[in-house]
Amino acid sequence: MAKPTDLVQGTVDLLILKTLALQPMHGWGIAQRIRQVSKDVLQVNQGALYPALHRLEQQGWIRAKWGESDNNRRAKFYSLTPDGAKYLRQEQAQWKRLSLAIDLVLETP
Amino acid sequence: MRWYYKVPLRLRSIFHKNQAELDLSEELQFHLQNQIDEYVAQGMHPEDARHAAFRSLGGIEQAKEECRDARGVNVIDNFSQDVRFGLRMMRRSPGFSIPAILCLTLAIGANAAVFSWVEGILFRPYPLVSHQERLVALAGTARDEKSTETSWPDLLDLQRNCKLLDSLFVSKITGATLNIGERADVTTGSIVSANYFDAIGIHPILGRGFEPGEDAGRSAHPVAVISYQLWQSRFKGDPEIIGKTQRFNNVVHTIVGVAPQGFYGTFVGWAMHFWVPASMEEAFEAGGYKLEDRGARWAEAYVRLKPGITRDQAQQEISVLASRLEADYPDTNRGRSIKLWPLWQTPFNNAGTLLPTLEIMLAVVFFVLLIACANVGNLLLVRSFARRHEMTVRLAIGAGRSRLLKQLLTEGLILSVFGAAGGMLVAYWCRHALVLLFPVRSGIAMHLPGEIDGRVLALSAGVCLIATLIVGLVPAFQTRSLDLAGALKAESFGVVGASGRAWVRSSLVVLQVCLSFILLVGAALLMQSLQKIRSTSPGFSTTDVLETGVSLVAAGYDVPRAKTFQDELIDRVRSLPGVESAAYARLAPLGYGSYSSTPIAVDGYEPPPNEQPTAQYNQVSPAYFGTLGIALISGREFTRADDENAPLVAIVNETMVTRYWRGQNPIGQRLQVKGKWVQVVGIAADSKYASMRESPKPFFYVPLRQDFVRGPGLNIRTAQPLQTIQAAVTREVRAIDNNLALYEMITLQEQVDRSTSPQLVAVTLVAVLGGLALLLASIGLYGVMSYAVSQSTRELGLRMALGAGASNLLGLVLSRGLALMLTGVVIGVAVALGLTRLLGNLLYKVSPRDPLAFGSAFAVMTIAALAACFLPAWRATHTDPMRALRTE
Repeated sequence: MAKPTDLVQGTVDLLILKTLALQPMHGWGIAQRIRQVSKDVLQVNQGALYPALHRLEQQGWIRAKWGESDNNRRAKFYSLTPDGAKYLRQEQAQWKRLSLAIDLVLETP
Repeated sequence: MRWYYKVPLRLRSIFHKNQAELDLSEELQFHLQNQIDEYVAQGMHPEDARHAAFRSLGGIEQAKEECRDARGVNVIDNFSQDVRFGLRMMRRSPGFSIPAILCLTLAIGANAAVFSWVEGILFRPYPLVSHQERLVALAGTARDEKSTETSWPDLLDLQRNCKLLDSLFVSKITGATLNIGERADVTTGSIVSANYFDAIGIHPILGRGFEPGEDAGRSAHPVAVISYQLWQSRFKGDPEIIGKTQRFNNVVHTIVGVAPQGFYGTFVGWAMHFWVPASMEEAFEAGGYKLEDRGARWAEAYVRLKPGITRDQAQQEISVLASRLEADYPDTNRGRSIKLWPLWQTPFNNAGTLLPTLEIMLAVVFFVLLIACANVGNLLLVRSFARRHEMTVRLAIGAGRSRLLKQLLTEGLILSVFGAAGGMLVAYWCRHALVLLFPVRSGIAMHLPGEIDGRVLALSAGVCLIATLIVGLVPAFQTRSLDLAGALKAESFGVVGASGRAWVRSSLVVLQVCLSFILLVGAALLMQSLQKIRSTSPGFSTTDVLETGVSLVAAGYDVPRAKTFQDELIDRVRSLPGVESAAYARLAPLGYGSYSSTPIAVDGYEPPPNEQPTAQYNQVSPAYFGTLGIALISGREFTRADDENAPLVAIVNETMVTRYWRGQNPIGQRLQVKGKWVQVVGIAADSKYASMRESPKPFFYVPLRQDFVRGPGLNIRTAQPLQTIQAAVTREVRAIDNNLALYEMITLQEQVDRSTSPQLVAVTLVAVLGGLALLLASIGLYGVMSYAVSQSTRELGLRMALGAGASNLLGLVLSRGLALMLTGVVIGVAVALGLTRLLGNLLYKVSPRDPLAFGSAFAVMTIAALAACFLPAWRATHTDPMRALRTE
């Protein structure tokens, strides 16, 4: 998508996709996972999480399917589509380039 | 992103809305439950944990709404909600929606009807003909005269040498007498080249078209293709028709084909009913066999360009070829060239005469559309005041301005869609209506079909869109200034003539007045012009002169027999009771046929280099000038002595004397016509020859006997009624030869009226639509004024209480209404001064700035405005001061 996305939203999308690249997961699980992996540094705003999931589904990058959660509740599991995986790779590369560039700027005496 | 993800999801969101909503709730519920569990595990009280969980999600309804937005559900949802709401509002207030839809129906219908005429008459004039976008008309040009016909040898040369054309074909209108059983009818048909049916892609449903070579050889191929309609009506759909014979103009033709239903030939204005190959030209055209004469210009042709070739490219090639012809055949082609015309400017059929009328119509119906939109906008404004509470409440509970805008536009769309649907019905009914405006003439079927095709539909949809935007945006503009707090306060603080909120409505009325004033000026100018045209003296008498003819060519008369017949008939007609005189002439003035034209030379006149003097002429019999009432300035009429054995003579008109003899008396002088010297024996007054609007041009007459044609027209001067003379002349003709039929008999006044019918049509259409516009504008003015009165009862009551009389209040309201009208008229005058120049082509001896036209438009407008304002003003004088003041 060539649409300029605001940094925070774009970042949430990236984090969600990366998390789903490991295994299909429900919304709650995604939020937990991001928190754990980032050692409590990144907290996904829960109000923004579900609209983001619906938007990603609408764009065809993730797909939803109902299933059973660990505690035997019915939950909606999201999984990455092939298109989503491709998009993730692009975005990841883009992100790396960007953070490298920022590092360069910051570390230049 | 990818449609195969997106489409099913969208469809699900729309059609399984409840399921999607349940899923959404359940998903969020699951999240909350997990969050609560986690908080409880951290040691929170379950009730606190629940609250904390809700807080962490930041409002569950808000989250849901954002999810719906993310799914794009809301766009569709809101739209269908708006549509349902709009429809409900419409049903609930028929007093508003019916006039609004009627206004739009009339306006969109008028637009679509005119579009269909333009499409069906100018752009796609020939039903069933393939690739009309590559078809262009081919006509001759000459330096001095408006000649449009071309000669057969020239066309053959072009056909052979032009590389950019797919095909070149001839289609020349002609008429024929058809005798079937007891009935004899005159019908219209075309003389065509042999490639005609192949070139236009028409395949006869029975039999065949023409074969190559059938257009060559003098009268060698008496074959004909007939129209479906003729086949059905005159031959009762006879399935064995092919191979049967039929007399056309008394020449036996074999019917070789029947054209498909819905094919009317290639002539804008009239339906063609038979086609004969060019080889049969002599039986249908006066003036003998012309296929081998390069100087005989009679054919009307079309060409089909090769794909991708523009008219300009083809024109360049044809110009080169035409100048080569000019060099090779200077005797016949000097000063002549060939020009290609787009179909809608075809000079040799009715397209050219209808074009200016239709152009004006396009502008006029667009004005009517704007006026109707302004009216509907005004109606909507009135309603938007009534709906102010609703709008305020919507805003107060958090609807965005853009959401309100969408709603108002949707309501506008509903109105204009209904209007467009009605309008298409109107257009469908009116698509063939143009023909009704033309005077009926016997023997010729006028055919002006409208065509409602994709392009017309697309244009009408565009018109509908414009209407939607105007109609929807006017009230939206008003809500911009909606003041949340003030909206609950009562109205009725208005003052008659106060600006403030009413200015939008007032300016809409000013716009309407302005537009309808322009239309009125246009109608007045056209009416004046028509009156000028019809009251201009044509130079011949229009009363007491009748015109008819006998087709001797058709009856197969040879020249000597025709001469005997003509002499006998004229003697019999002259001796009829009540007939003052009678004379033959090849062509009647202002008729369809075109005059012959010839290069001339005059003793003592040295033409400037590059000028070949030419003039048109008519062949007339003795007593012609007396019969038609054309004044002879000096010299003598032709007499019976001026026959084929006598010295050649001519009578010239005044313009010719002025131009070529520089005012000297030409009588006794010599004039060279078609290479032979003739002596001038008389000077005739200028008159109108081909059109009432032409300016004086050089013209001369030669005796019929010295340039013989077999089928001249017969002119009769008499005070007797037409029917009496018609019966008598028919009797005389039958007495000589029972096989002959008389042409339609008409008065010369009728001839003048027919030749000016395009002007009449333009006047009628503009006047009708101008009247409609005036009505709409008056309704608009009435609406504004009565609203102003109803909103200012307090002020009116106060004025009354302070001693204002009824006449004061009447004056107050009327002057306010007239002020609005005057503003509109002032703007209208300014715009009209710029626009009426476009009428130039249709105006005759009337200045586009004619003060009388502007004055009468102003008078009509003032009367309409007074009428529109009177009722509200009268109501104002009946305000009850006590009640008006108490209600506050």
